[in-house]
Amino acid sequence: MEIKVLGPGCAKCSKTEKLVQEVIKETGVDASVEKITDMMQIASYGVFGTPSVIVDGEVKCTGKVPKKEEIKAWITK
Amino acid sequence: MSSNTTQAGTVRKNKSVLALNLFLGAAGVVLWWLIYQQLPAVSKWLTYGLLSISQGSHLGDSIEFFLYDTPKVMMLLFLVVFGVGIIRSFFTPEKTRAFLSGKSEIAGNVFAALLGIVTPFCSCSAVPLFIGFVTAGVPLGVTFSFLISAPMINEIALGLLYGLLGWKVAAIYMGTGLFIAISAGWVIGRLKLENHIEDWVTQANMAAVEMEEEKLTWNDRFIYGWDAVKEIIGRVWIYVILGIAVGAGIHGFVPEGMMASIMGKGSWWSVPVSVLIGVPMYSNAAGVIPVVEALLGKGAALGSVLAFMMSVIALSLPEMVILRKVLKPRLIGVFVGVVSCGILIVGYLFNTIL
Repeated sequence: MEIKVLGPGCAKCSKTEKLVQEVIKETGVDASVEKITDMMQIASYGVFGTPSVIVDGEVKCTGKVPKKEEIKAWITK
Repeated sequence: MSSNTTQAGTVRKNKSVLALNLFLGAAGVVLWWLIYQQLPAVSKWLTYGLLSISQGSHLGDSIEFFLYDTPKVMMLLFLVVFGVGIIRSFFTPEKTRAFLSGKSEIAGNVFAALLGIVTPFCSCSAVPLFIGFVTAGVPLGVTFSFLISAPMINEIALGLLYGLLGWKVAAIYMGTGLFIAISAGWVIGRLKLENHIEDWVTQANMAAVEMEEEKLTWNDRFIYGWDAVKEIIGRVWIYVILGIAVGAGIHGFVPEGMMASIMGKGSWWSVPVSVLIGVPMYSNAAGVIPVVEALLGKGAALGSVLAFMMSVIALSLPEMVILRKVLKPRLIGVFVGVVSCGILIVGYLFNTIL
């Protein structure tokens, strides 16, 4: 599974990345997490609020720090 | 059948949670009000009773100011941020964009400036938001109206102004802020600067992502407001305390009327100088408003002070650096120039009529 966290590097974005990492560790799901900070790349995903989380190419949330339960639901199904 | 009963069960559970939340909220407001009423007396007692500093001394003035304003501002911020958080849960950047993309210029500028107040916005997402707006067909000037109003008129600024300087100044700030956002956006739109956006932006293939809209219950909205309180107060409390500390120092130690000669209404250059000092300063509303309160108390004119505050909050170098990724230098120059002009007009206007 490929997870991408989009964000230029503000506090909320790092928090989102940390939460995603935690959930992966807790659930033991085999997934790679990539942080994308480049504006051009962020724009190419069609999102315009950061932080955003993208799981296997699908935009899961934009413009807010997701809750742990939400992340869990995205990566364990 | 069983799914129906569980659904009914969830609805009932949600309702009782809502009732509990409303009850706790009402009790909280009453408690809030009782504490708030006691602040002046408590700060006096702490300063002159507990710390036994002599009344009327510079140090006593400063400490009383600090001990009164800090809890007062924090309590007001708490309430305002929570309330605005609930309002914001009704808006998303996606909905705002969809609404603005069909609007003509002048109506678009007005709506963009108004929506800038209530749409959740963080300066770190200014760039993706800019790209999202422009590629969705929102006119450039309308996009700028949004980008000027969103950081400038926010719950932190309004809450602090209301708490420290009263509702009139808060209303003036909001009104003139909207005026600047609308008119500056309109001027930028008239100047036809679309070709000064970086090329990759207009070539960016922004296939709008259709996000499934979340259905929020009132409980979710309370949680949203509560999260906003934790997030925003957690971020700005240190600025509030620093700002009030500086303000307290000014309040106690700067002689009465000293600011009248520098930021007073008598000197024509006080407004432009206030703007020039304000632009490179990077602070947020939380840090600058307590200082502003103290300056006003020492004879600074409201127009000059408004101009100073607006240029600190609305025009900041870090934001320019972020926007440089999508705007060519000339467009950034025009943006700064037009907004500065708007701030100057506001400054002179209030120095003249008040």
